Amino acid sequence: MTELREWFRRLKDKLVHILVYLALIAALTPLFSVLWEVFRRGISAINLDFFVKPTPAVGEVGGGVANAIQGTLITIGLASLIGVPIGIITGMFLSEYSETRLSSFVRLFNELLNGMPSIVIGLFAYALIATKIGFSVTAASFALALIMIPIVSRATEEALKLVPATIREAALALGMPRWKTAIFVALRGARKAVATGVLLAMARIAGESAPVLVTMGYWKWWFTGFDRPVAYLALNIFLFAKSPFENWIALAWGSALILVVIILGINVIVRLLMREKSL
Amino acid sequence: MADSGRASQNHTFFPKASSNGKGKLKVFLIGDKAFKVFTAVVASSTFLIIGLMVYYLYLGSWPSIEKFGMGFAVGIEWNPVKGVFGALPLILGTLVTSAIALLIALPVSLGVALALSEYMPKKLSDIFSFFVELLAAVPSVVYGLWGIYVLIPFLREAIYPSIKSSLGFLPFFSGPIYGGGVLTAGLLLAIMITPIMSAIMRDLFILTPSALKEAAIALGATKWEAIRTMMSYARSGIIAATILGLGRAMGEAMAVTMVIGNRFQLLPSSLFDAWYTMAAILANEFIEAIDHLHISALINVGLLLLVINLVVLICARLVIWRHLKAVGGIMRE
Repeated sequence: MTELREWFRRLKDKLVHILVYLALIAALTPLFSVLWEVFRRGISAINLDFFVKPTPAVGEVGGGVANAIQGTLITIGLASLIGVPIGIITGMFLSEYSETRLSSFVRLFNELLNGMPSIVIGLFAYALIATKIGFSVTAASFALALIMIPIVSRATEEALKLVPATIREAALALGMPRWKTAIFVALRGARKAVATGVLLAMARIAGESAPVLVTMGYWKWWFTGFDRPVAYLALNIFLFAKSPFENWIALAWGSALILVVIILGINVIVRLLMREKSL
Repeated sequence: MADSGRASQNHTFFPKASSNGKGKLKVFLIGDKAFKVFTAVVASSTFLIIGLMVYYLYLGSWPSIEKFGMGFAVGIEWNPVKGVFGALPLILGTLVTSAIALLIALPVSLGVALALSEYMPKKLSDIFSFFVELLAAVPSVVYGLWGIYVLIPFLREAIYPSIKSSLGFLPFFSGPIYGGGVLTAGLLLAIMITPIMSAIMRDLFILTPSALKEAAIALGATKWEAIRTMMSYARSGIIAATILGLGRAMGEAMAVTMVIGNRFQLLPSSLFDAWYTMAAILANEFIEAIDHLHISALINVGLLLLVINLVVLICARLVIWRHLKAVGGIMRE
């Protein structure tokens, strides 16, 4: 009897061992399929025209996503202009005054903002800005900036915590006021880690399409002003994917490929750098 | 080194009463005060953002709230021509697709997290963890594109017919097969939230004290029995990770609208049928809505989504606060 039970326990143990590996395979198969299909179908869509020509009109042959690349860069630049300073200053507050009651509330609200569906953030930017100046790159950048703030502030806080206390203390002992120490010693020492955080935030918003959709909609032309929309690479994928036109669908896969390469590239580089640092 | 950020907190580096340097000290301290106030004000902007978000969405949905009131959340008709809007089918669609996603993603993520933290050799596990974290960064619209052109044809040709022929006697596996639909959306969501959930759970398992497992093994437990002991310790963390996955699944707009079929109906005829979710209708209709009331109803849907999401996130936070004060880093991105 006990032998049977013993045997059963060992069987269960083996079974779980197999199950966890099955789960790993089940999780990784679709994910590798995504990467493989994006690569396979995207690579055939990419040529010189892809990078230098704007969105083709319906029925037109060829064309590219040059206008969307321009629009994406402008939008991310503008979003960073708003989101990065706020994120960094928030991160500095969280690390310098980390024990205060206010800072734990700020952390909580950052988490809430971070977990908010991006389309809801887009609707907020629509209601706040787009209802006044119309669907525009400004409204979209504002929405994307809100997505950046929690990511940047978290990265900054973590980076500042890694600055050795001895360095701060040395500065303070030399009579440097605390604010100067925080900016010129701690933040300076952590600038690389902060920069990687900013890069990750940029990579994240480069892939966002829902907030961009509700704040500027589709735009098939070049940049014409900050109160007008621009084309956005991630959103282009959505527009092209739903269309019945062969060359638009090809452009969707091509856009997906360059987005994935850029976003995963940034992530890989950042993680490799971080790993080196922690060793 | 570890908690160095706090080290400078309690220092009193100024002599309390210096005889003639008082004026200077005051000036010196004003800089610090100003720094603290300035950073605190900027940091507080998150309160302002969340507050304004609720306020502006409320303002934007006012025409809809005024006309339908609470009935909006239980209304079952969505007709821009007649100007009648109700969101119950959308709420149901959101809950059902997220539930399907969690039903699939929870066991898989648990398995992945265990494989990475307990079963694999460290070197191999580092590589796979790296992949899993990387895959959490793939944009949702790319998953949607893959869903349309790879997942849907695959499910339609290879998987759904056999499910239907073997389980077709069950009402929710009986309808016609389109490829896209409720089950496809749930599955795609599961694929999308699995990386983030397993990354959180893996961190959680690594952080649980190994003494627990060692004690169990020493008492003659098998590896799985030891892991179960450890998992009961990490239970609240697993719950929190699941709630966070739920939040992600409910708020996902683009990928879902690309595969769910976007049909407004109270209940689908089967899991193969098309449906709608709150986020999906926003992605699909918002940009084309012209009518004032229609736009307002859509913003009202956004407001509902915001409120549900805040509740979900705060629940996750409370679970963590209550049980897991010791385990940090679990709410990481």
